[in-house]
Amino acid sequence: MLRIRNMEAGYGNLRVLKNISLHVDGGEIVTMIGANGAGKTTLLHTIIGLVRPTRGEVLFLGQDCRRLEARRIVAAGCALVPEGRQVFATMSVEENLILGGHVLQQREGRAAVLRELGHQYELFPVLRERRQQLAGTLSGGEQQMLAMGRALMSRPRLVMMDEPSTGLAPLVVRDIFRVVVRLREEGNTVLLVEQNARAALGIADRGYVLETGRVILQGPAGDLLANRDVQRAYLGREKIA
Amino acid sequence: MTADLFFQYLFAGITYGIMYAIVAIGFNIIYNTTGIINFAQGEFVMLGGMIAISLLHFVPLPLAVAGGVVITMLVGALIEILFIRWLDNPSVLRMIIITIGLSILIREAALHIWGESIRSLPYFYGNEITTITLGPVRISPQVLWVLGVCGIVVLLLSVFFKVTPLGREMRACAANRRAAILCGINARNMVTFSFMLSAGIGALAGCVMSPITYTQYDSGTPLAIKGFTVAILGGLGNSMGAVAAGILLGIIEAYSISFVPLAFQDAISITILLIILFVRPHGLFGSGEAARLKEF
Ligand SMILES: Nc1ncnc2c1ncn2[C@@H]1O[C@H](COP(=O)(O)OP(=O)(O)OP(=O)(O)O)[C@@H](O)[C@H]1O
Ligand SMILES: [Mg+2]
Repeated sequence: MLRIRNMEAGYGNLRVLKNISLHVDGGEIVTMIGANGAGKTTLLHTIIGLVRPTRGEVLFLGQDCRRLEARRIVAAGCALVPEGRQVFATMSVEENLILGGHVLQQREGRAAVLRELGHQYELFPVLRERRQQLAGTLSGGEQQMLAMGRALMSRPRLVMMDEPSTGLAPLVVRDIFRVVVRLREEGNTVLLVEQNARAALGIADRGYVLETGRVILQGPAGDLLANRDVQRAYLGREKIA
Repeated sequence: MTADLFFQYLFAGITYGIMYAIVAIGFNIIYNTTGIINFAQGEFVMLGGMIAISLLHFVPLPLAVAGGVVITMLVGALIEILFIRWLDNPSVLRMIIITIGLSILIREAALHIWGESIRSLPYFYGNEITTITLGPVRISPQVLWVLGVCGIVVLLLSVFFKVTPLGREMRACAANRRAAILCGINARNMVTFSFMLSAGIGALAGCVMSPITYTQYDSGTPLAIKGFTVAILGGLGNSMGAVAAGILLGIIEAYSISFVPLAFQDAISITILLIILFVRPHGLFGSGEAARLKEF
């Protein structure tokens, strides 16, 4: 599905990602954990074409993404739920979702968008209740669900999520992770970036650990959960809680 | 003031107010998709009038007006493609400075092409002395043209932005450009469309008002100032607010003739602008809630 080899990327002279190699196969949940500033968001932005890699290769569905515009990569079936939700605050919930279906509309027409809208309402019943409300007035958890629903509206082959649990109450986080698991059951592929390492590794098939722009560890999620270094660096605090 | 005069002023106020509102709506369209204020908006109004006047030598009036609108739309698109499109993530301030530069450029170009002479389109129906009696007032049929055309434009626009996919996508770009790109929307094209749309609406307004206000190479600037005042007064991005605010400003200006010297008339809108910016930056009719959700 997604294959990255020896990739480097950054901003101007600042090299943020160094020699990154990773892959995501169809039907799995892969999580990427790392501390603040490790380069997780930069990695996702590079995959989707908002940031250009300076070296290495990025292949999505066998297609070289390095020169493609972001919207073309989205149209090719790669969706991003951005960090901080980024909903269209001044527009209604339903408008947000329909906009998310833009590439689906171009690919399969309006009827497909309406069908997918129903599917998202079923996945996130709160959104159906609030369909006419302005997105900016939703609670944080609801906005996160809207951001996810909006990304899923394009019926992507790969969904990337950037820290969906940030700033949410444990109960809401559980809801959101449950949806991620359900997405896999429905045959989707998910690349989940998280600081909430325990929860993310708990549902993922495989994981990568990113530190200052390098992948320092990778493996099956269970192995990473059991790894002493990971426990010390990323799971310590949560153990007390 | 006699009742007769009272109504004359009222109608004059409403007519000018509607024209300001149309210019303000031009501001709103571009603001709504890009978050920038296009200070060349007044020049679009001037261009529309001027081009139609020139075309009138060759084609009948309706075609000349249509030509003025279409050519101005093309100019709007060209301006966006040449000066705005290639900017990578420009700041709002930089965009504003660019549009001020563009307005000067267009004005100078117009001076070269059309000279300093004052021109106008003929009255769409009848002539200068034709009047229609409407209750206590006698008005020129051109006033009805202005009111009618502007009313239809406002209506069509609000429908366009509310229901059509293109309108929705343009609003999405304004609300959050990066998120719009992540939805697969071609954000650059939306900006071009918004320039075309507001250029076209400005040009149309420039044509219908030309018989009343006349057209000259620099007649766009005062209109831009008033239109901007009205856009702010009505709440940036709010078309219905712009209409209400435009009529308000037009009426205030009309009646002010009895109280302050004519030379001060332009100062009124500047004063109102400053007061509004200090006291209610989200405008009289803009909701504070929606304003808080905006990024600007
Ligand atoms: N637009 C930008 N311009 C310049 N530097 C940037 C930009 N965005 C991020 N950086 C830098 O790149 C580095 C990695 O940032 P990034 O946002 O990818 O980290 P992250 O792992 O997502 O962190 P967080 O968990 O806080 O979201 C940081 O040092 C940051 O300062
Ligand atoms: Mg981040």
